[in-house]
Amino acid sequence: MTSVSRDGHGPDPQDDPAIRRAQEERLARVWEQPKGWRYWTAVNNSEVGLWYIVTSFAFMLFAGVLGLLIRAQLARPDGDLLSAELYNQVFTLHGTAMMFLFGVPIFEAVAILLLPALLGARDLPFPRLSAFGFWCFLLGGLFVCGSIFFDAAPNSGWFMYPPLSIDQGGIGAEIWLLGLSFIEVASIAAAVELIVGVLKCRPPGMHLNLTPLYGWYVLIVGGMIVFAFPPLIAGDFLFELEKAFDWPFFDASRGGDPLLWQHLFWIFGHPEVYIIFLPSIALLAMIVPTFAQRPIAGYSWVVLSAIGTGFISFGLWAHHMYTTGMPSISLGFFSAASEAVVIPTGIQIFVFIATLMMGRVIRSVPMLFALGALMIFVAGGLTGVMIAVAPFDFQGHDSYFIVAHLHYTLFGGMVFPLMAGFYYYFPLAFGKLLSRRLGIIAFWLLFVGFNVTFLPMHLTGLLGMPRRVFTYPQNLGWEIPNLVSSLGAIVIAAGFATVILDVIRTLRNPATAPRNPWNAGTVEWMLEMPPKPWGARTIPHIESRYPIWDAPDFLARYDAGRFYLPDAEEGKRETIVTSVLDADPVQCLRVPGPGLMPIVAAVALAAMFFLATFHLWTLTVLAGFVALGAILWWLWTGTALPPEKPVKEIGLGERVPIYMAGPQSVGWWAMFITMTADLVAYLSLVFSYFFFWTIHTDFPPADAAGPGWAGPLAAGLLFVLAWGLTLAARKLNDRAHIGATRVCLGAGILAGAVGIAALIAGPALTGLDATHHAYPAIVWALVVWIVAHAGIGLVSQGFCLAGHIRGRLTSDHDADIWNTTLYWHFLLFTALVTTLVIGGFPLVA
Amino acid sequence: MVALLLLLLVPACGGPQSALDPAGLEAERIGSFFLFMVLGAATIWALLMGTAILAILRRPGRHTERFANTLIIGGGVIFPTIGLAALLTVGLRSLPDWSGSPADLRIHVHGEQFWWRVAYERGDERIVSANEIHLPAGEPVEFVLTTADVIHSFWMPAIGGKMDMMPGRVNRLILTPTTPGIYRGACAEFCGPSHALMAFAIVVHPPGEFDDWLVAETSPASNSAETEGRRLFLANGCAACHRIGGIVELGEVGPDLTHVGSRRTLAAGTAPMSRQALTDWITDPQALKPGAGMPAYTMLPEEEILAIADFLLSLE
Repeated sequence: MTSVSRDGHGPDPQDDPAIRRAQEERLARVWEQPKGWRYWTAVNNSEVGLWYIVTSFAFMLFAGVLGLLIRAQLARPDGDLLSAELYNQVFTLHGTAMMFLFGVPIFEAVAILLLPALLGARDLPFPRLSAFGFWCFLLGGLFVCGSIFFDAAPNSGWFMYPPLSIDQGGIGAEIWLLGLSFIEVASIAAAVELIVGVLKCRPPGMHLNLTPLYGWYVLIVGGMIVFAFPPLIAGDFLFELEKAFDWPFFDASRGGDPLLWQHLFWIFGHPEVYIIFLPSIALLAMIVPTFAQRPIAGYSWVVLSAIGTGFISFGLWAHHMYTTGMPSISLGFFSAASEAVVIPTGIQIFVFIATLMMGRVIRSVPMLFALGALMIFVAGGLTGVMIAVAPFDFQGHDSYFIVAHLHYTLFGGMVFPLMAGFYYYFPLAFGKLLSRRLGIIAFWLLFVGFNVTFLPMHLTGLLGMPRRVFTYPQNLGWEIPNLVSSLGAIVIAAGFATVILDVIRTLRNPATAPRNPWNAGTVEWMLEMPPKPWGARTIPHIESRYPIWDAPDFLARYDAGRFYLPDAEEGKRETIVTSVLDADPVQCLRVPGPGLMPIVAAVALAAMFFLATFHLWTLTVLAGFVALGAILWWLWTGTALPPEKPVKEIGLGERVPIYMAGPQSVGWWAMFITMTADLVAYLSLVFSYFFFWTIHTDFPPADAAGPGWAGPLAAGLLFVLAWGLTLAARKLNDRAHIGATRVCLGAGILAGAVGIAALIAGPALTGLDATHHAYPAIVWALVVWIVAHAGIGLVSQGFCLAGHIRGRLTSDHDADIWNTTLYWHFLLFTALVTTLVIGGFPLVA
Repeated sequence: MVALLLLLLVPACGGPQSALDPAGLEAERIGSFFLFMVLGAATIWALLMGTAILAILRRPGRHTERFANTLIIGGGVIFPTIGLAALLTVGLRSLPDWSGSPADLRIHVHGEQFWWRVAYERGDERIVSANEIHLPAGEPVEFVLTTADVIHSFWMPAIGGKMDMMPGRVNRLILTPTTPGIYRGACAEFCGPSHALMAFAIVVHPPGEFDDWLVAETSPASNSAETEGRRLFLANGCAACHRIGGIVELGEVGPDLTHVGSRRTLAAGTAPMSRQALTDWITDPQALKPGAGMPAYTMLPEEEILAIADFLLSLE
C-alpha cells in the first residue's frame, strides 16, 4: 500500500523523507501560533479550547469557594459569618456560576479542544466564531462574578423568579440577565460550530455510523442547545423589558403572570441538566472501551438512547413546578414523562456495564473516576425517580433533599466523568501523564468528601430544612447533619487541591508520555504527542470505529502523510469538508488564522450589554454599532473570499472545490442552525402571547385598542416584497444580470425599511401603552423583535449590494447572497406570523 | 447507601418540622411511600454496583454480543419499564383530589414578606389572626393560599406536602392533621432577604379543643385596661399598621395583634415570644429580620418600649 502514489500514478512522493520534512515545515509555518501579546489573537481550536477549559474551570473554583462559604455559614445554627443579603448573593452566584459558567461552557470547551482530534480534522469550520464565543464567555463571566465584590451580585436565586427578582432593588437581576444572555449567545455560537463540525468536518470515509460516540453526543447536545437556550433568551428579553421599562409581563396586577417566567425558564432549565450530563457521559463512552480493550458493546443503543434522552428531556420541565398548583392531570403526565427518561439513561449505563463484562478491564485513574461517577450518578438518578412522583415531591421540593439530589446527579453525571476525561485526555493535550498515585488520592478525597457532604442532606431536607435559607434555629434536629455536610465540603476542596497540585507538578516535567499511552483504538490517539500546531499530520481515511485497533498500518500511513492534505502548498490553513451522511470529500475549506476582530467584536458586544445594565442607553447603542462594525469588517475581510483557483487536489486521487455556496457549504449550515435557534426564541414569544390568552377570560382585553389590522397588513405585504426582491436578486446574480441584481437588492432594502415603519405604525398610531397591561406589552415585544431582525435583514442586503459592487460577490462566488436569502426566509416567516398574531388574532378572538 | 444511612438515623428522624415524623394523614402516606421507595432504590443501587464491580474485577468471560444485548434490553428497558410503571401506579394514587371541598374548616393563608396573614373560616365566621396555625386533629382542613407581593410556599412537613402561593392565583391544599402537638412550618420558596425567618408554629388541638380555641380567638383582646403601654402603642402610631380586635381596628398592613401575647413565637418564627424578644424587635426589627417591613423605634426611650412590650404580652 505504501507504494500507491497520492494521485494513483508514478512514485509516491510520501516515500521521500526530504519531501515529508518540507511538508511538515510548511504545515508548521502555516499553523504557527502568534507570539507575544498577539498570542491572544489566536483562533484555532487547540488554543481557544485550552483557554476555554482553563476559564470555565476557574469559574468552577470560584463557585466552589462560594459553596464553601455557604457550608461555613450553615455549619452551626444561627450562623452569622455572612449577612442575609450577602448569603443570598452567594448562593445565587454559586448556582448561576456552576450552571452557566461551568456546566455548559466546559462542554463547549472540551468539545472545541477535542472534536477536531476525534474527527482527524485540522480545526473546526469557524475558528473565529469559537474565539468570539470564548471572549464573550470570559467577559460575561467576569462581569457576573465580579459583581459580588461590589455587593451588587444577583440575589434572587439562579432561577430568578419574578416578582421577587423584579421587586428587589439594585442591579443584581440585570447583571444576571444581561451577563447571561451574553453567555447564552456564546453557547449558541459554540453549538453552531460543533454541530456543523460533526456533520460536515468528519474525515473522508467516516460514515455517520462510524462517528465516534463523543461526536454523536456533541451533535445531540448541540441540537439541544439550539432548542433549549432560545426560550430562556426570549424570557430574558421579556424580563429585561419589564425590569428596565416596566412592561408588565410577569406582574399579576397588570395582566401578567409570574408563572410564564417559570415555564420559559424550565423549558430551558430541564434540558440544560441533560446538556450538562450527556457530554460527560460521552467522555465515558470513549474511556470505557479503551480500558475494556474492546469496542463498545452496543453502539447503536448508545446513539439511540442518547437521542431519546435528548427528546424526552424537553417534556419534563414542569416537574420543577409541581407545587405551583397544577391540575392533577398535568401532575400525572409530567410524573410519567419524568420517569420515562430513566429508560434511555439506563440503557447507556447498561451498555457500559456490558462492555466492561465482555472486555478485559485495565484498572486506571480514569476508570476509577468512571466507577465513582456510576455510583454517585445512579444514587442521584434513584432519588430523581422518587421526586419525579408528584406526591413525594410535595415534601421534597425546595428542601435540602433536592439539594442532595441535584448534586448527586451533577457530581456523578458530570464532575466525575469530567475528571475521568481529564485524566484520560491530559496526555493527548500535553504529552504528559498525570500521577497515578495522586490521581487515586484525589479520587478518594473527592468521592468520600462528596458523599459526606451531600448524603446527609437527604435527611436534612426530610427533617424539614428548606433550601436557600441563610440560617436556621437550634433544636430542629438539623445541627448534626449540617455540621457533617460542612466538614465534607472541606474534604472536597482538598480533593480539587490535589488535582491542581498534580497538574502544576506535571506541567513542569518534560513530556515523556508514550504515544497512545492507554492503547486506545479511536482516531484522536493517532496524533503526535506532545501535539503539533497543525493538529493532524494528514487527514485520515476512516473505515472503522476503532481504526488504530482494526488497521495495523494505520499509524504508519498517518505518520508518513499518506492520507489527505499532507501539505500546505499554498500557505493556507486547510481542512476537509465532507458530505453529511457518507463523508465523501466535497470541499477543501480554507480556515482563517489569527485575527483581532473576534476580540474587538466581543469587547464591543460586552460593552453593549454592560452599559445596558446601567441604563446608559446612548452608550449602549454606540457600543452596539461598534460591535456591528467589527462583525461586518470580519465578514467582509475573512469569509467567503474568492480563492486563487477553483479546485484543489487533496490526495488519494481526490479533487475538490475550494469555494462553496448554498446548501453544500458550511456557512449556509451555520446560518440555518443559527436561524433555527432564533426561530425557537421567537416562537417562545408567540407562546407567551397565547399563554396570556389561556390565563385570561378576555384576551386581548375588551377595552384594549390593539395595533389595528392596517399597519400589520401593510407591513406583512412589504416584507413579502422585500423577501421576493432578495430571492430575485440571488437568481439574477446567478445568471450574471449585474444591473438587475443591484436594482433588486436596493429595492429590497427600501421595501424592508418601509415595512419596518408600517409595523411600528400599527401599535404607535393606536396609542398602545406597553406599561399599561401585559397585552400591549407582548404586542410591542413582538414588534420590537421583528423590527430588530428586519434591521439586520436590511444590513445583510446592504452587505450583498456592497459586495456585488466591489466584486467580492459574483455569480460564481455567491455565498453571501445565499445566506442572506436564507436569513430572509426565516425573517419573512416570523414577520408574517407576527402580523397574523397581533393584527389578525384580535379579529377572531 | 442512602437507605442504610437513613435506617441508622431513624432515631434522629424526629423533630417538630420533620416529614419523617408525621402528624398528618398526607405526611404519613408520603412517609411510608418514601420508605418503600428507599428500600427499592437501595436494592437496585446495590445490585447495579455489584454487577459493575464484578465486571471490573472478574476475569473476562466468553460473553457474546447476544449476552450484551440481553443485558442492555433486560436491565435498561424491560426492568425499568415494569418497575417505573408499578411505582407510578402506587405513587400517583396518592395524588390529591382537589375537586369539591370536603372540609368544613377553611384557613386562608396569605403570604407576606416575611410573615403569614391567617384567617379561619367556618360557616359564616371569619377570624383574623397571624403567624400561627391552629388545627383540629382528625378533621380535614382546606387551606386557601394567596399572596400579593412575591411567591411564597406554605409548608408544614409534619402534616403534609407544600403548596406555593402565587401572585394572581389562588391555590388550595387539603390536609388532615392526626396527632395533637406543636409543630413548625416554614416558607419553602425563596422570597427575599429573610426567607429563612419566615416560619410559624402549628398547634394541632385534640378533637373538641379546637372549637374552644376558636371561640377564644374570636373574642376581642383580653386586656382592655388603659395601661401606659396601650397609650404608647396608640400614641406612637403602631395602630396604623397593626389591628388589635376590640381596641383599635385601623391598619391592616402588619400582623394582627389581638392575641399576640398567646403566640409561641415572635415575627413569624424568628424568636420565641418573650419580653426581651419583643423589646429587641420594637427597637430594631431589621437587626432580627433583615428586610422586615416594620420601621425601627430606636428613638423611643427603653422604658416606653418595655411598656409596649408588656402591653402586647398581656394580649392573650
